[in-house]
Amino acid sequence: MSGTGGPGSPGGPGESRVLPAGPHALLVELPDGEHAEAFHAELLRRRERGELPAVRDIVPAARTVLLDGIAERTPGSRARDRLARELASWRVEPLRREDREAVEVPVIYDGPDLDEVARLWGVGADEVAALHSRTAFRVAFCGFAPGFGYLTGLPERLHVPRRTTPRTRVRAGAVALAGPYTGVYPRPSPGGWQLVGRMPDPEVLWDPGRDPAALLVPGTPVRFVPVEAGAAAALPAPRAGDIRADM
Amino acid sequence: MPDGHVVPGGHVMPGGHVVPDGHVVLDAGRRLPVIRPGAPARHCLHVVRPGALTTVQDAGRPGLAHLGVGRAGALDAPAARLANRLVGNPPDAAVLETTLTGCAVRPDRPVVAVVGGAGCRVTVDGRPVAWGAPVRVPAGAVLDAGPAGTGLRSYLAFAGGLVPDPVLGSRSADLLSGLGPAPLTEGVELPLGEAVSGGPLPAAGPVPWPGAPAELVLPVHPGPRDDWFTGAALRTLLTAAYRVSPHSNRIGLRTEGPALERSRTDELPSEGTVLGAIQVPPDGRPVVFLNDRPTTGGYPVIGVVPERALAAAAQAVPGTRLRFVRA
Repeated sequence: MSGTGGPGSPGGPGESRVLPAGPHALLVELPDGEHAEAFHAELLRRRERGELPAVRDIVPAARTVLLDGIAERTPGSRARDRLARELASWRVEPLRREDREAVEVPVIYDGPDLDEVARLWGVGADEVAALHSRTAFRVAFCGFAPGFGYLTGLPERLHVPRRTTPRTRVRAGAVALAGPYTGVYPRPSPGGWQLVGRMPDPEVLWDPGRDPAALLVPGTPVRFVPVEAGAAAALPAPRAGDIRADM
Repeated sequence: MPDGHVVPGGHVMPGGHVVPDGHVVLDAGRRLPVIRPGAPARHCLHVVRPGALTTVQDAGRPGLAHLGVGRAGALDAPAARLANRLVGNPPDAAVLETTLTGCAVRPDRPVVAVVGGAGCRVTVDGRPVAWGAPVRVPAGAVLDAGPAGTGLRSYLAFAGGLVPDPVLGSRSADLLSGLGPAPLTEGVELPLGEAVSGGPLPAAGPVPWPGAPAELVLPVHPGPRDDWFTGAALRTLLTAAYRVSPHSNRIGLRTEGPALERSRTDELPSEGTVLGAIQVPPDGRPVVFLNDRPTTGGYPVIGVVPERALAAAAQAVPGTRLRFVRA
């Protein structure tokens, strides 16, 4: 049931596919991340307007959107197939980047990989903060850990590889880069991304007592705001290269 | 804690806050009980013997995959629901889920309990009592669910349910993300909800507890990434003899058997996964995703086992013969 044409494909037919993922789910594969974000935004708009049949989960990812729990109480896959045909006929509006106010994330740019990222970008270490914080980011999707958002927006020339050796422990609040993405670790965990800075108050990233629990929900525009280590009040400044982790 | 009050389903809305006894204080100072079985908890279960891995589970956290939060919840959901029904609870009340070696607990009030799911010897203060049917446990007595004789995971339901603080609307432990109550350890106390009545034991009658599978047969819907594998790989999956690997856990049922060969070797960008997805890691041995699965994954999914078939997978002990068949 691979579609020939399909959702979000102003670039021409044949690039998007609607794939079955069991009797009650569809995986929509888009040509790239930009189209996936646009298709995800379109799904949310239509769900908001009540134009989408009951779907339990809408899960965007790097270049796909998963629709899971389609008519899950009804046996058989007829509802799934009906929705697949409908999706394949959609015209999807291009992504509008600035239609919502951005969430501002304060960052102390003093990460242990700052020099390495500066080298990869071909700039001075002091310019990393300026380049990174000038970028209009957007949460493309969540994964890895509850509340960990994959933020897109960096131009291709600023994409960096992961570290060859992952760290066994990255502190909560670490601001990190890998490939096209920027992310902020909501809690201490192992990690292989390049660390350029830290958020002074990482506990706002994930709060199960709040709705939504994640600060960085898919679709959210984000800007990083450089702050001085001294301005971040009572927080002890980490030693250079300190990855000993969370406070 | 942010301002907000908890409503059924666990959403926090502006305008009130939760206090430690589980009540909600609205801005005006009016108190409302949180709607949940047996709240507020005044009694508890003491953990006497935690067993290899015993967790609190309910119906889990569906609908939060976009935040990176998985389903969790009882792996053998029909068994958990049946155990709840037999003690007079709502079907999604929180129960204990054991792994192979059972567990023992001591309630500090009299409680009606059911041990179901995997078959095991059940005792109260050392005296044998019924498995799979309601039993009375006096205050201070030890309810012991022994090692599983058949199957893998036993479920212990208590009238009134277990009521540790919910996280995102659920009391389930999620071993991948760390959400929910930690796995049981000796000496821990678990809050016990209030039972509705002190009436007669609920009638058990003939109860349809399914036995553990001698051979696990899992139906497969091919896709979404079956085209990342050779034609021979899909035929192998649907014809070969596999066994349940001892490395299986609540995240996935791992398998031993022939490796599945990919037709393309490039990297798959992370994409959303479903419960029951058969993911094929680089070693080629299929893994069936269970309730604590990651919400996104970067290895191709060759097919999907429908959810209703996963209860049997939850009871398949390591070494069980396993066949995948076309759904």
